[in-house]
Amino acid sequence: MEITGGDNNSCNLQPDDEMVDETTKRLKRLGAEPAVIGEVTRTVAVGPLEKILNLGRANSFWPLGFGLACCAIEGLMGSNTARFDLSRFGYEVMRASPRQADVMLVCGTVTKKAAPFVVRLYEQMPDPKYVIAMGSCAISGGPFVDSYNVVPGVDQLIPVDVYLPGCPPRPDATIHAFMKLKEKILNPEVVKK
Amino acid sequence: MTVQTISEVKTEIIAKYPQIELSEAGHFFVPVSQLADIMLDLKVSFGFDFLTNLTAVDHVEHFNVVYNLSKTTGPEMLHIITKVDRNEPKVPSMVPIWGGAVWQERETYDLVGIIFTGHPNLKRILLDDNWEDHPLRRDFQWEGGRD
Amino acid sequence: MKTQEMLLNVGPQHPSTHGVFRVVLTLDGETVVNATSVPGYLHRGIEKLVESRTYPQVLPYTDRLDYLAGILMNWGYVHAMEQLMEIEVPERAEYIRVIVGELQRIASHLVATGAYAGDVGGLTGFIYCFRDREDIMDMIEMVSGARLTPSYMRIGGVAGDLPDGFLEKCQKFIDYLPTAIEEYNGLITGNEIFQHRTKKVAPITAEKAINMSLSGPILRASGVNYDLRKARPYSIYDRFEFDVPLGSNGDCFDRFYLRILEMTQSARIIRQALAKLPEGPINAKVPKIIKPPAGEVYAETESSKGIMGVYVVSDGSTKPYRVHFRRPSFVNMGHFDELIRGWKIADVIAILGSFDIVLGEVDC
Repeated sequence: MEITGGDNNSCNLQPDDEMVDETTKRLKRLGAEPAVIGEVTRTVAVGPLEKILNLGRANSFWPLGFGLACCAIEGLMGSNTARFDLSRFGYEVMRASPRQADVMLVCGTVTKKAAPFVVRLYEQMPDPKYVIAMGSCAISGGPFVDSYNVVPGVDQLIPVDVYLPGCPPRPDATIHAFMKLKEKILNPEVVKK
Repeated sequence: MTVQTISEVKTEIIAKYPQIELSEAGHFFVPVSQLADIMLDLKVSFGFDFLTNLTAVDHVEHFNVVYNLSKTTGPEMLHIITKVDRNEPKVPSMVPIWGGAVWQERETYDLVGIIFTGHPNLKRILLDDNWEDHPLRRDFQWEGGRD
Repeated sequence: MKTQEMLLNVGPQHPSTHGVFRVVLTLDGETVVNATSVPGYLHRGIEKLVESRTYPQVLPYTDRLDYLAGILMNWGYVHAMEQLMEIEVPERAEYIRVIVGELQRIASHLVATGAYAGDVGGLTGFIYCFRDREDIMDMIEMVSGARLTPSYMRIGGVAGDLPDGFLEKCQKFIDYLPTAIEEYNGLITGNEIFQHRTKKVAPITAEKAINMSLSGPILRASGVNYDLRKARPYSIYDRFEFDVPLGSNGDCFDRFYLRILEMTQSARIIRQALAKLPEGPINAKVPKIIKPPAGEVYAETESSKGIMGVYVVSDGSTKPYRVHFRRPSFVNMGHFDELIRGWKIADVIAILGSFDIVLGEVDC
């Protein structure tokens, strides 16, 4: 199995060049020896608080264990079990309560009857929170788009960060979606463009 | 007891209840007025102890309520149809005879709008309580639908 | 002592309701006094949608009913259509159907077993069952290209022939399965805590089970020998030797253990089918545009959850006039409210898990 997409740097818990430069600059200002600077920058990095928090957020999502339909089998159960093993990336802490979660995987068809509680769950999650719309039903209604009881896309109810197509997407694709979300959190500037 | 074929069983039932019409495809057409009595007798005297399926079809000028009965002791299955007036879609509930009808009747009420008289709790089951229409009727229109 | 009743809402978002099932419990202390199930949070209106689709287009929707056993749902639909159009399915296609269908049944029972272990508190069992389920998912992906929603069957046959390497892989899996089952028995079935939580919990008598139209493992756990593969053999099930496992108490443990026993029987069927698999065409001669004669048909197959019935009304056009799915989980859940009354709140989860519902099927 191979995880494609995303440059490798963004998957490591490595501070970026900007933070290393900042650390070096500060150490120089303190009058440190070059050898000391080299030693310190290996383990310590200085950066804006937001950036460091993002580093933490991006590397340890706590997904809300909230299955709607078929996609939940692949996205929450399949990807979490032995073969695909989402915990290699640190994303396996499924929370049963929205108050402890920061990523909501909308995996399945959102019906009109379910819409109010989907919104409510999203509102109960503490900030910062992210949403992955998993599968064609959550993206646009999928095969049920013309039904009388289906919301055509969860983005009509709540803001979505990552769209993950498939019916249902494979567990590998779920991991890919998490990687994309991680990239997005680590590089907020990219998103703004 | 000798083993009977399904056609023998059907002949026997028709002999007992001449008001049942047997269609070419082997379906029974039972008048609504006698439905409850005949169904009870099918269970008690003929041994059809298992109500597998219960649904309804909108044929524009009338509704067909469809019952499928089978036996847990044999392969026989009956396909029973009752025609119901569209303006007054009332059918006696089968819950007293087969408890398994309880959710299926609620579903049929919810989606087609058949009223099952004598049902212990005839409420909407799949749709929200504030719905007014019955979506599986042919004249149901909704936003975003396809023809 | 003065006690007060309490209202507890379980679901729709609850990790052990297997999706978006909701039940409102009235509790006296820990005991359930009254229960009201509220399904419908996944009601997508499939029965209405298929009225505007052509007959072959209905097939993918059946996958999404019981997404843990997509192939068995396909089978229910094509079986009804074949009866309506009086199509004779070629031998090889029937054998392929039996092989993939029984594989899917094992996969579905593995989820039921694993998720049940997880429900009553043993997450390890869940991981082990899913490990072995992946092998079946691979095989289903080989034949159909999808893991969960295969749409593999066609009216009159199957979508494609078995690919190279499938038979060997299948044989290997069947040979391995007894080892896996032994492992589950050691890990889940034999676990003392598990037995305490499931044995003698919520027994259903045979009379009650028949009266409430329960089907599948739940009915057979109560000791009723009613498996459509034996009682009314469809396809070519009359050619295989297999037993119908029966429970004696009808409690949660029997319902759980019956599924493990059924996996062994499914493996037995697959082994025979692999040995007898004939050569030949995999599709009957079916017109390109499917236009069944006007009329109606109701046909049943045995899915992993119980009796899957499909009722099709045709008006002679290319689109169905009405399709109704008799979903086993939905009918089985009709007994749930009554059954959990009087049991403790922890038992509610054990009982719901033993029913093995899939919400796509309950809500349709």
